[in-house]
Amino acid sequence: MLIRTTVNGSEHAVEVAPETSLLTLLRDELGLTGSKNACEEGECGSCSVWLDGELACACLVPAVQADGRDVRTIEALAEHGVLHPVQEAFLDAGAVQCGFCTPGAVVAAADLLERDRSPGDRAIRDGLAGNLCRCTGYQKLLEAVHLAAGRGEHADAALLGGVGESARRVDGAPKVTGAFEYATDLSADGMAWGATVRSPHASARIRSIDTTDATRSPGVLAVLTADDLPGKTTYGLEFADQPVLAADVVRHEGEAVALVAAETREEARRGAELVEVDYEPLPAVTDMEQALEPGAPQVHEYGNVLRHVHIVHGDPDESEAEVWAEGYYETAMQDQAPLGPEGGLAVPAADGGVDLRVNTQWLHVDRQQIAPCLGLPEEEVRITLAGVGGAFGSREDVHVQIHACLLALRTGRPVKMAYGREESFHGHVHRHPSRTWIRYGATRDGRIVAADVRLLLDGGAYASSSPAVLANASTFAAGPYDIPNVRIEGTAVYTNNPPCGAMRGFGAPQVCFAYESALDELAAKLGIDPVELRLRNAVRPGSVLPTGQVLSGSAPVAEVIDRCAAIPLPADAAPEGSTRGIGFALGFKNVAYSEGFDDSAEATVTLRSGPDGLEAEVRTAAVDVGQGLDTVVAQIVRTELGVERVTILPASTEVGSAGSSSASRQTTMTGAAVQGACRELLDGLDRIPPAEPITRTVTYHHRPTTGFDEDGQGDIHVALSFAAERAVVDVDEELGLARVVQIAAVQDAGHVVNPQAAKGQIEGGTAIGLGLALMEELKLEDGRIRNPSLTDYLIPTVLDLPPVISAFVEEPEPGAPYGVKGIGEHATIVATPAIVSALRAATGRTLNRVPVAPDDLLGLRPPARTAGPPPVPDVAGQQAVPESVGLGLGQQELMKAR
Amino acid sequence: MDAFSPRSLEEALEIRAVRPEAIPVAGGTDLWVEVNARRIRPAALLDLSRVEELQHWERNGTVFVGAGLTFSAIIDELGEFGPLVEAARSVASTQIRNRATIGGNLATASPAGDSLPVLAAYGADVVAAAAGGRRRRIPLDEFLVGPKRTSLAPDELIAGVEWTPVPGPGSFAKVGRRNAMVIAVASACLQLDEEHGAVRLALGSVGPTVLRAPRAERLAAEALAGADPAGALVEFGRLAAVEARPIDDRRGSADFRRHVVEVLARRALAQALEGRC
Repeated sequence: MLIRTTVNGSEHAVEVAPETSLLTLLRDELGLTGSKNACEEGECGSCSVWLDGELACACLVPAVQADGRDVRTIEALAEHGVLHPVQEAFLDAGAVQCGFCTPGAVVAAADLLERDRSPGDRAIRDGLAGNLCRCTGYQKLLEAVHLAAGRGEHADAALLGGVGESARRVDGAPKVTGAFEYATDLSADGMAWGATVRSPHASARIRSIDTTDATRSPGVLAVLTADDLPGKTTYGLEFADQPVLAADVVRHEGEAVALVAAETREEARRGAELVEVDYEPLPAVTDMEQALEPGAPQVHEYGNVLRHVHIVHGDPDESEAEVWAEGYYETAMQDQAPLGPEGGLAVPAADGGVDLRVNTQWLHVDRQQIAPCLGLPEEEVRITLAGVGGAFGSREDVHVQIHACLLALRTGRPVKMAYGREESFHGHVHRHPSRTWIRYGATRDGRIVAADVRLLLDGGAYASSSPAVLANASTFAAGPYDIPNVRIEGTAVYTNNPPCGAMRGFGAPQVCFAYESALDELAAKLGIDPVELRLRNAVRPGSVLPTGQVLSGSAPVAEVIDRCAAIPLPADAAPEGSTRGIGFALGFKNVAYSEGFDDSAEATVTLRSGPDGLEAEVRTAAVDVGQGLDTVVAQIVRTELGVERVTILPASTEVGSAGSSSASRQTTMTGAAVQGACRELLDGLDRIPPAEPITRTVTYHHRPTTGFDEDGQGDIHVALSFAAERAVVDVDEELGLARVVQIAAVQDAGHVVNPQAAKGQIEGGTAIGLGLALMEELKLEDGRIRNPSLTDYLIPTVLDLPPVISAFVEEPEPGAPYGVKGIGEHATIVATPAIVSALRAATGRTLNRVPVAPDDLLGLRPPARTAGPPPVPDVAGQQAVPESVGLGLGQQELMKAR
Repeated sequence: MDAFSPRSLEEALEIRAVRPEAIPVAGGTDLWVEVNARRIRPAALLDLSRVEELQHWERNGTVFVGAGLTFSAIIDELGEFGPLVEAARSVASTQIRNRATIGGNLATASPAGDSLPVLAAYGADVVAAAAGGRRRRIPLDEFLVGPKRTSLAPDELIAGVEWTPVPGPGSFAKVGRRNAMVIAVASACLQLDEEHGAVRLALGSVGPTVLRAPRAERLAAEALAGADPAGALVEFGRLAAVEARPIDDRRGSADFRRHVVEVLARRALAQALEGRC
């Protein structure tokens, strides 16, 4: 029907279908993409608008109800280029990271302040309860609203600060106004939409695919199946084992089977529903231990062992241990759940190639995987970064990239793909579920002398980055402790569960939960205070790790522990009926890629004289996923070149690789390349301002590392950083409900480049660790995800996060720019065990599985049990997947090192 | 014509009678989740958001609340009905409460509908309307016939809900896995009826529809008449748990749900007993 609606003061007459939502009307018909589509079920608040002055989720408003009504969106908040006070406050408080939730949160905060000019903390939390944020941990959102309400100091002094200052985000203003363009916001003239047909089965043979009805469906331009693939048919980060489109079998629920391009999103989705796939269900293996049993269904013809890592150092059976503590621990499948779903726009180019804009973490490794599958040389696939909307590991693997390009090349039209939330859950990898058995042996005086660990990770149906995740998990599995005798057997298996891969922490959270829990057990057996036991055994410079690697960088672990333990506890006591528990955890993580991989970073810096004085321009392929890398880069340039005006050009494959925005590596890697380019530039400068623009390009390589030898020995990691958290938790004894009251966090940071942004990493990282401790779990049944929605995959709300009191220990890392160390992942790693430790202290129960359910706190469910240590596969050496699995592509340097 | 926007209830009912395929929608907060997920594809819509007479409430001996009252309006306007306001506050977020209506909560008939235990404890009737001024009152337990199923006839719309105010303290409580934006794993509403010396206890999310707990209610009534009502608290909770009929699902286990019922029921009765003096 034809509706007439007033949007931000302008009248529009638009034809809408009965099923059209106000959000679709705003975004797709009126081009107002500031209101975000992140869940389409009213859970996340990213599409908050005012409808006749009342705050509403536009996704749940039938467009016909906008007829004759007044709609106000984020786009109307800033007037004549002057930001609304709430928008200013968000920038000042550092409440913006990826920014995807920001427009909705700004609207909700403005709505709250219109109703209540001076809301207290509780009222602010209630007012923002319907706005999920995955990056910030909400603390800075709360600070922003307090600031907008006239409380607190505006901190605009360091707007254009250099290294060490809380400079404002360079992408902050477009993010608070809704102007920032995310991958799902892209559009082009003549654009078509793509949709994916996905398997409903965890394991099945494809008997046939009938595309007749889909092809005839209105608006459909193309339907593609595996038969239509023009090039290589598989891809993958480490092994090319994942089909672009399933050909004869599907190995997990959600596996892509066919593609449809159509004139509109709706027509593409209808076309996809009309593709008829005849499946013959096959036996599925959906348990990671079962996968290793003889006779288990084989996910791939070469068996279910994805990788095995064997590390032995000293002899744990022949140690001087007098006291042993043993435990078995399980972690669930966690999802990154970035607020911004996957999306991209592929545009066919005149040269036969394709230009792709997409949200990703590493443009060049995407291209390495995409180009062969399109049958194109790499230089004909040009990728430019689109607004990411959070990643946390979920964008390391290819999602829409190959599919959108295939459809664009087939139709000759620009093709956009944008996942909804459910497809996002199926369209990216998850955190590996794990089972870890661990045994610590110590002398009676509290010296840990032995550790024995068996570790299983469920890699799901395809390899993704499982081999590297397993390597990380295995090397960290004995904890950041100086232990002479260690044996670690780590195995990642294939199953018919959804593929698992990178997620913030990359193998470290699973084992940190196990080793820190076991350490608490050991402390109890020894009668030594758990913090004291950690202090006594923590590694220090010169310590030898289980891989034989000598800790050569900075390692102020004792100071991290001491300072965390010294942060004042909350002044109040637990409310009546609740018991308070306090828990402590220490953890560590590598910076940059390991095992001999040279993940270098290139940066180009130009200095020129502009109309308003000196200005610099930076060009890299480094991805700001929301963590603030672009701001860090600008700060480095300001410090090095002494210029205020710094432009960061969009990341693209037109320049050399910057490596991935993962592994806590970009401040070190791209930071060093930018710093190096600035310094070379200054060296080549004869006068300031320069007569001609001067440009320098530098590629930075971290120090070389090695792979594992037969005993798992090697110089595996570039650098390590450490963190500790202390959690205070109240448990309602009768209801089994936990409330985290306070988190104290101390991070070994080398040198802090942007204190406000760094604290944002700690707060946001803590929120994701809290989620795993208390609520986050992709629940599987026979390999199928039962809760692929933000209604049922619960992530923490603003009411679930306590104050996070954070501090940094700054002991410069030798060889790193300014002495920096990566800090993006650690809070996630340590928050989970710290919180669970506090829950144990409060309840006295054995809690060996996360997330901890109320059932566990009440004793309604027994602890996770194991008949014995998880099995070790019968494989030779460190690697199980045969070299025949397309190793010519993917990360070949990494493979060579192994 | 694929969308109708009647301005009066009678007009809406006339459309309902002739265009049964037009799906009624008020706040859309439940329905549009299904539409966006493509589980429902509406051929046509019957937009009830402009029917003002559905958006009023009145107290005239009984209390009548129009189906179109949003939870935000309930919080603002029905402050004297504590448990109902508590339930309304527990609904999702401001964004949702501004749009979601009590009529929608009834029409969706989810076992976890937040207002339903309160209406059950109030002994409310659903007022169903059909064209030609026809009205019928349906007791809530006859209206809610199963999970997401009601006894509303195809030509009817929910006009509102009506109950006789019960003198005495009452409360509503809800438990979920996080502190906001959560679907109830279990909920309970207790209303003391001082006039009749009775206790009404209704349970949400622990059965196919909202449940009353008659055995627990009888025990509490007997205890109220005795010298030491508080002495019955533990048994009251136990009986309530026995009367719950929870299932295991992705949101919570049956064991946990039953346990929560026991605790919430006991706490609610204890609070009500304190509220008497």
